[in-house]
Amino acid sequence: MTFKTTLSLGLVAGLMAGGAAQAQTEIEFWHAMGGQLGETVNQLVADFNASQGDYVLTPVFKGTYEETLTAAIAAFRAGEQPNIVQVFDAGAATVIGAQGATIPVEQLLQDNGIEFNIEDYISGVRGFYADADGQMIGMPFNSSTPILYYNADALAAAGVEPPTTWEEFAEVTGPALLESGIAPLAQSHLPWIFTENFFSRHNLQFASNDNGYGGTDGTEIMVNHPAIRAHFQALADWQEAGLFNWYGTGWGDNQNPFEAGEVAMWLGSSGSFGGIADRVEFNFSATMLPYWESVTTEPTQTFIGGAALFAMSEFESEENAATAAFFDYLDSVDAQVMWHTETGYVPITTAAYAAAGEQGHYDAFPAAEVGIQQLQLPAGDHTRGYRMGFYVQIRDVMNREYSRILTGETTVEEAFEIIETEANDLLERFAQTQG
Amino acid sequence: MKRAAFGHIGFPILLLLPQLAIIAIFFYWPAAEAVRSSFYLQDPFGFGETYVGAENYTRLIGSTNYANALNFTVIFTILVTFFSLAIALLLAVKADKVIRGAKTYRTLLMWVYAIAPPVAGLIGVMLFDQSRGNITQLLGAFGYEYRLGVNYWDTASAMITVSVWKQIPVNFIFFLSGLQAIPRSVREAAMIDNRSGTSRFWDITFPLLAPTGFFLLIINITYSLFDTFGIVDTLVKGSPGNNPLTLVYRVYVDGFRGGDLGGSSAQSVVLMVLVLILTIVQFRFLERRIHYT
Repeated sequence: MTFKTTLSLGLVAGLMAGGAAQAQTEIEFWHAMGGQLGETVNQLVADFNASQGDYVLTPVFKGTYEETLTAAIAAFRAGEQPNIVQVFDAGAATVIGAQGATIPVEQLLQDNGIEFNIEDYISGVRGFYADADGQMIGMPFNSSTPILYYNADALAAAGVEPPTTWEEFAEVTGPALLESGIAPLAQSHLPWIFTENFFSRHNLQFASNDNGYGGTDGTEIMVNHPAIRAHFQALADWQEAGLFNWYGTGWGDNQNPFEAGEVAMWLGSSGSFGGIADRVEFNFSATMLPYWESVTTEPTQTFIGGAALFAMSEFESEENAATAAFFDYLDSVDAQVMWHTETGYVPITTAAYAAAGEQGHYDAFPAAEVGIQQLQLPAGDHTRGYRMGFYVQIRDVMNREYSRILTGETTVEEAFEIIETEANDLLERFAQTQG
Repeated sequence: MKRAAFGHIGFPILLLLPQLAIIAIFFYWPAAEAVRSSFYLQDPFGFGETYVGAENYTRLIGSTNYANALNFTVIFTILVTFFSLAIALLLAVKADKVIRGAKTYRTLLMWVYAIAPPVAGLIGVMLFDQSRGNITQLLGAFGYEYRLGVNYWDTASAMITVSVWKQIPVNFIFFLSGLQAIPRSVREAAMIDNRSGTSRFWDITFPLLAPTGFFLLIINITYSLFDTFGIVDTLVKGSPGNNPLTLVYRVYVDGFRGGDLGGSSAQSVVLMVLVLILTIVQFRFLERRIHYT
């Protein structure tokens, strides 16, 4: 083939493709789901594209949660933003605080003639990505909550049941497992599991101004609470006694020993379910996040972690209609059930939860239901979640100080004082950026 | 003296223009922008900003974490620069003596240079991994419990080792060509005067290598300060925790990861000033002692 024919063929192909694309509206979706999760996202998008003929959605993997948010912010400032961006829990205050950068999901759906009813959603899912009035801003996408996974074989060998309370762990489960020659406990995210959800599980206030939902002015973190100080003191003592192992700030470094059968119980995300099921050889199951009976006898629900999808603003109405159509598709029972059973993330609507149950998913994998049950426990005044700015750095401060507690470089009292001071300083700075 | 070469002043300016434009657009403009935004607090999306004066700087002065990062960066830079220069020099001197198979030998030593920093970091993560790392297991066999990501200095030593390993080939190439540029006659004369290889090296070879060494010193300091970013990022796995951080990584953590543009601009201005001072010191005090042939 000569150069000229190649060129003209290419030109014709290009024109044809252009002609075909004109009939459809193309929109872009930036996400942070790598590996197996990324493939499931691609499948979900392919299903959406196949389900209708008007819109074509292109998924783009942008790296970690932090990188995705950064990329979207930079793109927005340059006027090149994607139609949809996935933003994680800790970035919620940044993106929701920037009014005008996104279109609230409720408004987007209603503007495009799609019915929206907050009651359709599972209760633990409704509040986290909503504003002060309860209007949903972001569409919960990969929603997870921290639960306790356990190696059923190891627990049976030690003759114990998974613990319901931390007292039970300290007195019965932990020592028995240690006795049987296996390390009892590890966890993968101290700020998320042992701080944010610790407050929610015990219905303790985490920040002033209604956990920060009331606005940025004067919001102060209330992390320096006796209950959580006692919890970290217990962790340090357990570590000393061999009941608790800590492998650093990396998520995988703490999950690997559990999967290798070296640690009997591991606190992780309900979304970790699919991966664990693929990899481990032993029988495993899960139970709800334990609580301290000394703090409360009526433990409450946890809230969702993971991430939500935000519709970015400044697009033509046709493109917004495409975004709305995708959100509508995501809410459908089929899409939710597929996403839930493939990944282990919780379904966000009650209809999808019921459908997954009818298909027998929870009979086959009881552990897959634990997260949803925990999200539907009784709510309290402080169980909705939190809304704090510069929260990525606040988590960094927590991680740093918790690490120092567990390596013996500082005491629990000092660490929590530093966290409180530095976090409040960051919150004050964030309030200034919003002014 | 050469002024007469151009008939009109406009012509040289025209020739310089592309280079000047590149410097202005890619260096001076961003630098000026960084200085400006270091006096503001900005909403990440760019909707609003508040003038805060020198507050972003005063925060840094009072911060023990910033002081920790500064201390670590100094130690890190000294160690990485010293070891990558020393090991490369040793290898170059030895390789210079090899006659048979010299090309293969040299190519193998330069090979590592082709590896991108994040990949080097990834190899480091695999070698030093807590549960599966070969080096971790090796150290374990000697009774040392090595814990990357848990113990501060364990993580620091991994960063230093990987950074040194990555930089040796560059230094090796320069040292080797520096060695080969030393005239044969000088070496042979030295050989007659002194039979000891070590003192010949320190009296003759080393001073003649000084210009190369000085150039490499500056290159290596810059490398340790800035180009090790990818290695640090991979080794701390994107979450800083209580791990050792270099100053440039902190700029990224606060500005890009955390969205605090004002605070991170102030940090990058401080970094800019530090590098400026360092370069001036190097050229004023060190370069005087070096004789170019």
